[in-house]
Amino acid sequence: MTTTDKATSSLKTDLIVYSCILALSGLQVVLAYGHAQGMELMLRMLAVALVQAGFGVMYFMHLRDERRNLVLALIPATVFVLLMMNMIWSDSFRLLHMRTPIK
Amino acid sequence: MSEAGLTLGGHGPGITEESPFAIPSKKLVMWLFIISDAVTFGALLFAYGYVKNASPDWPEPFRFSPSIINVMLMTFILVTSSLTMLVATRAAKEAEKARAIRWILITVAGGILFALLHIREWLGLIREGVRLFQNPWGSPMFGATFFAITGLHLAHVIGGVVVLTVISLGYKRGRYNSDDVEIWSLYWHFVDLVWMFVVPMVYLLNVSR
Repeated sequence: MTTTDKATSSLKTDLIVYSCILALSGLQVVLAYGHAQGMELMLRMLAVALVQAGFGVMYFMHLRDERRNLVLALIPATVFVLLMMNMIWSDSFRLLHMRTPIK
Repeated sequence: MSEAGLTLGGHGPGITEESPFAIPSKKLVMWLFIISDAVTFGALLFAYGYVKNASPDWPEPFRFSPSIINVMLMTFILVTSSLTMLVATRAAKEAEKARAIRWILITVAGGILFALLHIREWLGLIREGVRLFQNPWGSPMFGATFFAITGLHLAHVIGGVVVLTVISLGYKRGRYNSDDVEIWSLYWHFVDLVWMFVVPMVYLLNVSR
């Protein structure tokens, strides 16, 4: 494969990823006006956003082309910290259901 | 002791350990910054979700027109600016300086347009009576969380616009090289990725039906 072929192929991949990210953004708008509500809607939205972010990190930021130990050093620690932040949710629901009623 | 041995023993210049990740140290620093910034935005979005969950009268003020249409347009502009930054990075790697600078400046223009649309969105909400700790619809925390999250993101966009302009001028003069263009493109893509979480959490979960 020549350098020009490689460049064309990379641009094609970028355009496909770009289109996917935009399509997923459109899907989020459709979901927002769909029948799902509350926690179910939020989980669907976050799932779509995670796929978009995955595309962005792997293809736009080229993390898939880096050495595997860089990926292993960066991603699991970040995911762990973000998951640990989930600990707060139960307290927010407690506030909602056990709060003093609004006068 | 040989000269090589002396140099090794004294940690002299020129003999350095190979980078464990096989990337320049500047790029590793950028990745570490991105990770820490991702956690900052994550914490803000979790805090936002916490306050929203705990407030029974959380407002849903975003109408399809103009708010959601504006947000869709902003998303399109920001994602497109990521694509133009990719083209710029590739041109810089191929040593096509003029083309790289042109595409960086197109990216900067996208960033400026995004910031202007964002400020227009803010002004619209402010005209409707949204302030940091009050609004006409419900929980007074709405304004504080909304302006904090979107404000921090807007600050990142404006910072990116400034840095990319400086990088393009420095690259033109030979002060910066293609590695610098690539490293700052990582930052710009990150700003784009954060927006993909801000839109559903802050706007789309609060649409007016």
